[in-house]
Amino acid sequence: MMFLSPKLFRHPQFKVGMLELAPQAPGVAAWGLMTGVAMVKSGMSVFESLAMTLLVFAGSSQLASIPLIVAGAPAWVILATGFCVNLRFVVFSLHLRPHLIHLPRWERLMHAYVTADISYVLFTRRFHQPGHTPEERRAQEAYLAGSDCLNWSGWMVASLVGIALANFIPPDWGLGFAGILCLLGVQCSLASSRLRIVSAAVAGAAAVATYALPLKLNIVVAIGAAVILCLTMERFKPQQTPGGHA
Amino acid sequence: MSELLQGTDVWTLLVIVGLAVVTVVARSFFFISDTAWQLPHWAQRGLQYAPIAALSAVVIPEIVMSQGQLISTWQDARLFAAAAGVGIYFAKRNVLLTILGGMAVYLPLHLGLGF
Repeated sequence: MMFLSPKLFRHPQFKVGMLELAPQAPGVAAWGLMTGVAMVKSGMSVFESLAMTLLVFAGSSQLASIPLIVAGAPAWVILATGFCVNLRFVVFSLHLRPHLIHLPRWERLMHAYVTADISYVLFTRRFHQPGHTPEERRAQEAYLAGSDCLNWSGWMVASLVGIALANFIPPDWGLGFAGILCLLGVQCSLASSRLRIVSAAVAGAAAVATYALPLKLNIVVAIGAAVILCLTMERFKPQQTPGGHA
Repeated sequence: MSELLQGTDVWTLLVIVGLAVVTVVARSFFFISDTAWQLPHWAQRGLQYAPIAALSAVVIPEIVMSQGQLISTWQDARLFAAAAGVGIYFAKRNVLLTILGGMAVYLPLHLGLGF
């Protein structure tokens, strides 16, 4: 794994990345736990659940594809569904590109593989510009690796525990809601300007209004609607704070 | 081992490997190729609003909908837990307390009162 490279985990920013992710770890773990439970409960074999946990590493696409796998849907339908559920990561990759593009392709892909929602959000909250010097770029890379390392390990351990305990944790306890509260907390931490609050409100409303769309496309529609509306409002009402990046 | 593999078939495992490839492709989509290109200025500004929009689009339906429908009752533990979570976040600026406080509201209402 990328985060085992000594040039990264010996870097001081690796620890900073881990420490900034730490408060989110219980939410990630609760979510991983319930994903593990859900896989076994919905009829996947234990071996399939283990393979899916260790390889796919994307909670939302796992949860979306399980019913399709169990129902024996065609492979291309399952993969297309997984991709659509993951479309938000395509937006994230656009955002991360300038920060990672200096690396060799193999390293870029490994970083991308392990960077899920929370690490992406914490990273882009901390680093607004790509590093200007090789040392700055290395520091950003180490921060991302540290954050990913803790996020990945927490998710994996919790999912494996979930698979093991699937028959003892009733899903109707609703422990998975801790994962939603974790995302909600991170969402609040991003609400640093009026237009960002508008973005959250519009995206939330749009996601509810278009919920009936197939393949979780409502999430993509919601991001698009929120971003376009905020860009339009920005044009009519420029931000007062000098240099304020909304 | 045979018990572990019970109910496993090769087709499913291939689909799982395919889903892992999908994860990598989606997460690296715009930097798989390193051909130089410049993102238009408006799109760069637009990215400022994308993370919070993505989180909100995932989170809000999980709080106010069930079975694909907007809930029609206020007696839902998720509403109280989310409100408590947001309140705690802005009072303490701490995500861990948000999770713990929200669950401290959610579990008694959900398991105790059946909300």
